[in-house]
Amino acid sequence: MEVTTKKITSLRVEHITKRFPGVLASDDISLSIGEGEILALVGENGAGKTTLMNILMGLYQPDEGRILINGEEVRFRSPNDAFAAGLGMVHQQYMLVPNMTVLENIALGYKQAWSPFKLDLGKVRERIEEISKKYGLFVDPDAFIWQLSVGEQQRVELVKTLCLGAKFLILDEPTSALTPQETDELIVLLKRMTSELSIIFISHKLQEVKDLSNTITILRHGSVVFQGNTTDHSPSDIAALMTGHEVELPHNDEPPCEGAIALNIKNLHVKSDRGFLALNNLNLSIRSGEIVGLAGVSGNGQRELAEAINGLRKVEGGEILFYGEDLANKSPHHVIEAGMGYIPEERNTEGIVPSFSIKENLILKDASHPEFSKHTFLRNKEIETNATDLRVKFDIRSPNIAVAAGSLSGGNIQKVILAREISRKPKFLIAVYPIRGLDLGAAEFIHRQLLEKRKEGIGILLVSEELDEILDLSDRIAVIFKGQIQKILDRKDATRRSLGILMAGVKDDQEI
Amino acid sequence: MTKKFKILYKVSIIILAIMAAMLLGAIILWTIGADVAKTYMVILFEPLKTSLQITEVLIRAIPLTIIALGISVAYRSGIINIGAEGQMAMGILGTTAIALLFPTLPKPVLLPMAVLSGALCGAFWGFIPGILKAKLQVSELLSTVMLNYIAAQFYTFFLRGPMLDPAESTLGGSGTPQSMRLTKNIWLDRFIPGTRLHTGIFFAIFLAIIIYLLLWKTSTGMKMRAAGASARAARYGGISVTWYLVIAMAISGAFAGMAGAIEIAGVHRRAIEGITGGYGFSGIVVALFGGLHPAGIIPAAFFFGLLIVGADMTQRLVGVPANMVNVLQGIIILVIVSTKMVLADPYLMEKVWRRYQKLTNPPKEVEA
Repeated sequence: MEVTTKKITSLRVEHITKRFPGVLASDDISLSIGEGEILALVGENGAGKTTLMNILMGLYQPDEGRILINGEEVRFRSPNDAFAAGLGMVHQQYMLVPNMTVLENIALGYKQAWSPFKLDLGKVRERIEEISKKYGLFVDPDAFIWQLSVGEQQRVELVKTLCLGAKFLILDEPTSALTPQETDELIVLLKRMTSELSIIFISHKLQEVKDLSNTITILRHGSVVFQGNTTDHSPSDIAALMTGHEVELPHNDEPPCEGAIALNIKNLHVKSDRGFLALNNLNLSIRSGEIVGLAGVSGNGQRELAEAINGLRKVEGGEILFYGEDLANKSPHHVIEAGMGYIPEERNTEGIVPSFSIKENLILKDASHPEFSKHTFLRNKEIETNATDLRVKFDIRSPNIAVAAGSLSGGNIQKVILAREISRKPKFLIAVYPIRGLDLGAAEFIHRQLLEKRKEGIGILLVSEELDEILDLSDRIAVIFKGQIQKILDRKDATRRSLGILMAGVKDDQEI
Repeated sequence: MTKKFKILYKVSIIILAIMAAMLLGAIILWTIGADVAKTYMVILFEPLKTSLQITEVLIRAIPLTIIALGISVAYRSGIINIGAEGQMAMGILGTTAIALLFPTLPKPVLLPMAVLSGALCGAFWGFIPGILKAKLQVSELLSTVMLNYIAAQFYTFFLRGPMLDPAESTLGGSGTPQSMRLTKNIWLDRFIPGTRLHTGIFFAIFLAIIIYLLLWKTSTGMKMRAAGASARAARYGGISVTWYLVIAMAISGAFAGMAGAIEIAGVHRRAIEGITGGYGFSGIVVALFGGLHPAGIIPAAFFFGLLIVGADMTQRLVGVPANMVNVLQGIIILVIVSTKMVLADPYLMEKVWRRYQKLTNPPKEVEA
């Protein structure tokens, strides 16, 4: 199918309704985007943004309603139809084949390089270079997707969509993995691109919505609750409309703590999946009762650090002293028993067993603990009581405690993980991207819990790319770059600008 | 969606599936010139006509149940055991060896010892692919299948060599390599006079209960299921995935070995070449068919026992070769598996419901 070369001057969505079993995911939604416009689509998780975009991209068929491009009704039976019409989407969950390289992934969709008996990879490579240069989005064409961090994968997705010749971009939270500088650059870039195309932009970050979009549409529970011009409304107005109530994320205003050193990492060397040193002589120490924010663009060794501490990755050299005991190359079980709590990056596949019920997931680490099992037989009553209590305490929204944890929304899955990790009374907590992709309500809840644990004297290593999160919660901020700690700052000395520069790999502020 | 509609929907899907299976089978039977209706009647109902035949079905269901239980443990723990056939053969050898070595021991000692020996031999045969996978990431699909061949050769070697019935070598005998008749001290009782149904059936039910308790009521079972459902999350949770993988394979092998032990102690009372007869492979289908759950495995094993006996009878009564019945079995399996997928698809059900509503309610009412 040939990709159209015609410009998309208007895209209209009229009265779209989509039902899933038991859920009305889109309820009579109408939208309209004109030439060169940027529409921000805002709403909490589960509001129906992604469903609507999947309908636009031909992944789902609407039950009712229609889509018009340049005034003509179109029907997308598959994503191919949507591509052909010039729509390109960067999904929240990346649509990449993990065991293929970047080049091969892009070649999959790049039909110009195909001939009946030959796939011209050279042509694809040229195209990638052209797009990379044009938009300043650099990717390594020969890296395998599974070797890339989430942030790097998102970059690949953007490049892929642009390579395939999209005339209309749909971006599902495109900035979630970028540094502030990169985000600013992206915003400038996207604005510049409006001379050629229109954009629908889904985001939780209201400041970006403000900076970037012309019009804004707010969804709640599958239907449109507000539409208007972005300039007329402040971010807090938008937040209130989005959640239906006022939201304010909590701050850490306490003086820096003077607790004993809980975790002391010395000269740590750890290899990545690709075999190079992802952590190269990393040193970091964290006190009990202190939150250290580890800022950095994803892919600079954060994942490897968290996995090495938790016994999930081999340590090549160095020490991980946890209250004096070296945890390097100990089994995950040993690390857990030593009192380490861990909120992993991949909450859906690592933090829970998706097919297990909530109550089973809540005792994932404690199935053999005498509290929950007697002579290896599970103590069902205690397990249920535990789950019932935690469900209330952590506000896990689910029909009951027997539903599969994988069927919950991201925010609720994160609450299950948090409930388990905190209720185990850890001595230390490692939280990796704890609020990535969560709506404001869930984010607020999780931040409050983390601050409360800090007050109780638990040391916390908070890994995040979101500077707001880091600045809100941390006592000290360590910036990681290429497997080393670039610099450690006290909260009072850190600004978005200084952190952003450090995250980009520049050590001395004066050089800029 | 009303409850009535849901039931109606499911029943009609099942009826459609049965019709599809029958139709496909009918086409095949018709092409070989068989009497279609009569063949069906014989396969499905003839084995249930007399109590003697029902006991024959049950006898087939016993090893199928035990093997499928073991396979479900491996499957739930994230490793696919295709080696039950070989593990069963090793179990038979282990049992026979004990019975031949200690024929004079009293039954209460010898029988448990022989079954245990069968279980250990099977467990060892399951342990090998387990440890290879855990330590060297050797695919269990390869190693279990290859070990089947090795076990088959072992089996042949012992039955034609050290364990061969002396009567066979001197007098010509039956011509089938087999051990001598085992001591009565390991025979399982046949408790219905005039039939071959043996007490192994109670043992199979007992094992089903054990597996249910193990997988769903113990912390060990929960960890095994976690390792199988999501190895990554299990590792994160401090569960040694590789350790449970090895354990699960050993249990799986032990069950296949016990199935072999029970089969010779209950039915044949001697080891005979070719006795495993594909039970190890049918066991996989029974396990999947039964939803990897003991409560599903028992009826699934009964159904497959029925098909095995039915295949025998069509050959005798209608002249349809037993191999043809195997083809029919294949079709039935495919259709049932597909039907299960269709029934598990809530989207399709929702779609049909809306069509159904449009049909039953005139459009005007819908708009109003």
